[in-house]
Amino acid sequence: MLEETLKRIQAHKGVIGTIVVNAEGIPIRTTLDSSTTVQYAGLLHQLTMKARSTVRDIDPQNDLTFLRIRSKKHEIMVAPDKEYLLIVIQNPSEYLLPQ
Amino acid sequence: GKTMVKPPDQLDLSEAELKEEFTRILTANNPHAPQNIVRYSFKERSYKQISSVDQLAIHFVLEGNLLHKDSDEARRQRARDGIPEDGAEDAGDTEEGAGEERPDSLEISLGKKERKLTNQFNFSERASQTMNNPMRERECQTEPPPRGKFSATANQWEIYDAYVEERRKQEKVKEKQKVLSSKKEEDKGKKKLQLVENQSDDITKVAKVAKIIERMVTQNTFDDIAQDFKYFEDASDEFRDQEGTLLPLWKFQHDKAKRLSVTALCWNQKYKDLFAVGLGSYEFTRQGQGMLLFYSLKNATFPEYIFSTMSGVMCLDIHKQLSYLVAVGFYDGCVAIYNLKEQGPQPVYRSTARSGKHTDPVWQVKWQKDDTDNNHNFFSVSSDGRVVSWTLVKVLGGTLRLSLDLYLKPFLSCGTSLDFHKQIDYLFLVGTEEGKIHKCSKSYSSQFLETYVAHNMAVDAVKWNHFHPKVFMSCSSDWTVKIWDHTIKSPVFTFDLNAAVGDVAWSPYSATVFAAVTTDGKVHVFDLHINKYEAICQQAVVAKKTKLTHIEFNPAYPIIIVGDDRGYVTSLKLSPNLRKKPKEKKGQELPKGPEVEVAKMEKLLSLLREPETVPQD
Repeated sequence: MLEETLKRIQAHKGVIGTIVVNAEGIPIRTTLDSSTTVQYAGLLHQLTMKARSTVRDIDPQNDLTFLRIRSKKHEIMVAPDKEYLLIVIQNPSEYLLPQ
Repeated sequence: GKTMVKPPDQLDLSEAELKEEFTRILTANNPHAPQNIVRYSFKERSYKQISSVDQLAIHFVLEGNLLHKDSDEARRQRARDGIPEDGAEDAGDTEEGAGEERPDSLEISLGKKERKLTNQFNFSERASQTMNNPMRERECQTEPPPRGKFSATANQWEIYDAYVEERRKQEKVKEKQKVLSSKKEEDKGKKKLQLVENQSDDITKVAKVAKIIERMVTQNTFDDIAQDFKYFEDASDEFRDQEGTLLPLWKFQHDKAKRLSVTALCWNQKYKDLFAVGLGSYEFTRQGQGMLLFYSLKNATFPEYIFSTMSGVMCLDIHKQLSYLVAVGFYDGCVAIYNLKEQGPQPVYRSTARSGKHTDPVWQVKWQKDDTDNNHNFFSVSSDGRVVSWTLVKVLGGTLRLSLDLYLKPFLSCGTSLDFHKQIDYLFLVGTEEGKIHKCSKSYSSQFLETYVAHNMAVDAVKWNHFHPKVFMSCSSDWTVKIWDHTIKSPVFTFDLNAAVGDVAWSPYSATVFAAVTTDGKVHVFDLHINKYEAICQQAVVAKKTKLTHIEFNPAYPIIIVGDDRGYVTSLKLSPNLRKKPKEKKGQELPKGPEVEVAKMEKLLSLLREPETVPQD
């Protein structure tokens, strides 16, 4: 079930790559090359920890659901779990004509 | 031999002379002392001889340099040298009979600084050093313990988490204690299961998170649709007189459902973005498997739940309160209940020939309120002419059983649709294949309360109005949609839509707005308040030759979903003109609530009733 979901995500329009990172920040599954993966995993892991810490400091009963970083070139989406971290990099379809 | 040797100058004596004894006397007199010492005595004024002469003879005289330490000279010397008189000496002086007479000299010498008296002119000091033993260092180093870096933060939420964890453990312990007292074996099995779950910390736990990500990705891809759904209001509606439009939003399709038609649609009351799609086939000749899919608006690419069924699904209904219970009616006459909380692909219960399933396709199922024993029950209507009430009875042993309760004796010819009154529990309508609509009551199972000659062909749908208690609507393949007042035998409104009407639905926000779908692929939206004769929107939403089969309004959002015979479900947004509320009169507060809607409808009806002078039957 999970495999299918991941496959579907990867096959989705605009998705550049998918990475699954475990609790220690080590990528366990990826569709990108290893150097990029390691870089993404390390940096995003820290950022997610920080974001989660921020949310929970404000209200400990709250928790981070997901994190979205939109940059000029693409969008990085991170969904944390108790033990894992799922990272997806997508090129959102921006077909809007400049107005 | 030993002969006496005489020295040559020895005195020779006669024997007589040898025997002569000479006496010698030892006295203490000093032989050197003079014997006649004369001293002048002034008394007798003459020289007189001293009677006794000193006989002392001194043999040896040595001047010593030892002083008694207590003598004056010694004291004087000590004072000169600067050596303080120590306490021992004082003690010795003051306590003469003290008892402890240690060798004072030793003690004093230890306590005082010894001043070495060296010869100024001729002194050489000679020291010698003994051999030092070479120092040797001997060390031993063990292997250091393995080190790991540990870092943690102490935050408010870490503390909170720890407390929550602690509480959970306590509760588990309590539970275990309870269970242990009754069944120990089962518990062991459970424990084993729990252990296994903990150990397998593989990637399956990411499933939940993957779902979220998929939704995010989809949202990105269909970003414009999501924005439209939320914010777009067709501005051109102001220019269009009273007409409105439907804006197509997401399109839901599933690969495996391509050959099937949408046979049922139902929104979930609790989660307003979730809806169920039943897939089967209306063709008698093309009967195969069916599917039950649940989609969420949050993810249009893939259904949330998928169930495959042996026979085509013809109808479904989601329980109003327990939104995880879904009742489904099949083409082969079975009814089944699916529990979305359960994991398996099979329904929780399924009726069989023994438990009294229908012998013809089930056209409509509807959940009812729980009965007096708090058992769930629902109704179904089928072409075999029966309206059946099913009750879920919990039997000993834990399994569920459907019990059968026939409501109407089968002289009802082929029922094709069913709807229960929104407010009055026991009142319901049944539409038949010959075009009649029967009004029935749960309490009278053998008779109809009323029969309406509605259509020329089978009644495809009957729907009670959400607000007005007297109004209902019916549609049929004879191209018409009719609106009724259940107290009047003839329809209040009739609309001809130029094509067979598949389904009609009242809107949940207005008593006078409803929509219908036809087999020519169009959606017709009516608002009786605005236009009593025509639709305010007629729009083709699917490709030609695709028939639309069902339509449902979303309970919360201004969207509708339509299903067609290719297995697609399209969602459309209603433009503002279609959702008009009565205008506020200046100065008057607009009363909100269903009463307004009811009043609207009532007004319309009253307009129609007045000119009718023909006596009602």
